[in-house]
Amino acid sequence: MPQITTSKTSAVSGFQGPVIAASNLTKSYGDFTAVDGISFAVPAGEAFGLLGPNGAGKSTTMKMIGGVSRRTSGELAIMGLDPNTNGPEVRAHLGVVPQQDNLDEELRVRDNLLAYGRYFGLPKSYLQPKADELLEFAQLTDKAKARVDDLSGGMKRRLTIARSLINDPRILLLDEPTTGLDPQARHILWDRLFRLKEAGVTLILTTHYMDEAEQLCDRLIVVDKGTIMAEGSPAALIRTHSSREVVELRFGSERNTTVAAELDGIGERLETLPDRVLIYANDGEAALEAVSARGLRPITSLVRRSSLEDVFLRLTGRSLVD
Amino acid sequence: MSTGPQTGAAEFLAPTSPGVAGNRFLGSLYARNIRAVFARGLKATWGTNWSIMISGFVEPVLYLLAMGIGLGALIGTVTGPGGEQISYAAYIAPALLAVSAMNGAVYDSTMNVFFKLNYARLYEGMLATSLGPLDVALGEILLALLRGAMYATGFTAVMAAMGLVTSPTALLMIPAAVVVAFGFASFGMAITSYMKTFQQLDWVSFVMLPMFLFSATFYPLSVYPQAVQWLIQALPLWHGVEMLRQISAGAFSLATAGHLLYFVVMIAIGLMVTTRRLEALFQK
Repeated sequence: MPQITTSKTSAVSGFQGPVIAASNLTKSYGDFTAVDGISFAVPAGEAFGLLGPNGAGKSTTMKMIGGVSRRTSGELAIMGLDPNTNGPEVRAHLGVVPQQDNLDEELRVRDNLLAYGRYFGLPKSYLQPKADELLEFAQLTDKAKARVDDLSGGMKRRLTIARSLINDPRILLLDEPTTGLDPQARHILWDRLFRLKEAGVTLILTTHYMDEAEQLCDRLIVVDKGTIMAEGSPAALIRTHSSREVVELRFGSERNTTVAAELDGIGERLETLPDRVLIYANDGEAALEAVSARGLRPITSLVRRSSLEDVFLRLTGRSLVD
Repeated sequence: MSTGPQTGAAEFLAPTSPGVAGNRFLGSLYARNIRAVFARGLKATWGTNWSIMISGFVEPVLYLLAMGIGLGALIGTVTGPGGEQISYAAYIAPALLAVSAMNGAVYDSTMNVFFKLNYARLYEGMLATSLGPLDVALGEILLALLRGAMYATGFTAVMAAMGLVTSPTALLMIPAAVVVAFGFASFGMAITSYMKTFQQLDWVSFVMLPMFLFSATFYPLSVYPQAVQWLIQALPLWHGVEMLRQISAGAFSLATAGHLLYFVVMIAIGLMVTTRRLEALFQK
């Protein structure tokens, strides 16, 4: 397995400090405010996540960082550069994996990498070996001459990631990188992203999958309706905003609400959803026994550890995936 | 860190590092990298679309044969732009050359661009790199021009074979046809950037066909009432037809320069609008 190579020096010579610094970052479209005054800073080499439901403002934030959307107000610096005034320079330092693949279907797999590299003005002498290196990294070497159309969803995603690395970026922006992929393809992709992280690439990713955020992110912000609800490492967020364990009970959609009243007092907190009742407790098994002791017989019951989904539910009163 | 990327990174970071950012002509709109867009287009087109390529060329040739030889046998000679008597085929040939240039340019800048804009999302990908919207616009328009130039050269060869190219200056028709193609390509791409559905593309052919038939292509403008003449004279194809007709006969006048100016303005407006639209669509 070849290691992906990245330059150890900062792309902008002499630049120190957080690679991304946002303060009061705001984006409005007419009356609608998609991103409402968010502030965060990302140090070099961190894997930083934006977690939130669809429409939370994640993609808009990514576009502003990527230098393809101008902020309405606030400050934003990418490697010390303002993307509003230095858009092309900012984009030269970034790798972008958009939410929807936009591979060049008129070009073969390897040619996709070469053409994309030329958009950055990179010379062929650099691009030829780099393309081969990236194909190997993306496990697509035997598909070099294939049509993009003939690739599976997971392969297309890996090719998009390989393409985003052609300019040797210090920061990689991944917008919903595994949405729509089957579990196996997701795990392959996560493994590739881990390797990039180990190589020192700063990863910025949006997701509405909490397992993805837990797997990949050192630190994340929970975003809803354009504002930051919480910030921290996945473990710290769970510790702060949820109990250790959760009991999920299903009594049938008709009865969940009525039964919830009878569960009062069990665990630290109750959450009634249309399809299930959640009991937040430090000892899930004990809580489940308490439920049985009250003579309640759920159709299904499950004790699990708290996840970021619970954090989100706690903070916003809503589920992440509708 | 391997050695390859180091040289590569140095080469590509140098022109985009903040210290020299001001050297970028037109700032963020232009990265002086039209070549990358053009090269990509050549690679993508190569080996595909040949049937469409050929049909766009064949159509005006068929008109030249049918109208020029067929109808021309009935009509005999007509008065050319210099006042001299010329064969009917010689009269319509430069007009059909203008049509040929228009066809090539419009096909590339409407159908092809629309698809890349809305379905292949090609420009979205390009504009996430260091490329500026003007690089993308000019690169794509140059491809349309290449096609226009190939059609024009082929058509001029057919004209020569039919004995319709009588002076060396008539060869100036080829660059003039490329100017016509440039006008239509930049304007076509600008219009396409506003289109949202394939149905709206039908409006392009809805405008192109009557413009082809009525822009003094097959008969002089004087057959129309004054009001219709003004309408035709406002449209680009008439200027292309007249310009090429004057060049083919070697009858240059101030009017020739006027027609050329019309296209220069058309090119400028088309490029400006296309660049702004690409920026508004993908970099706002």
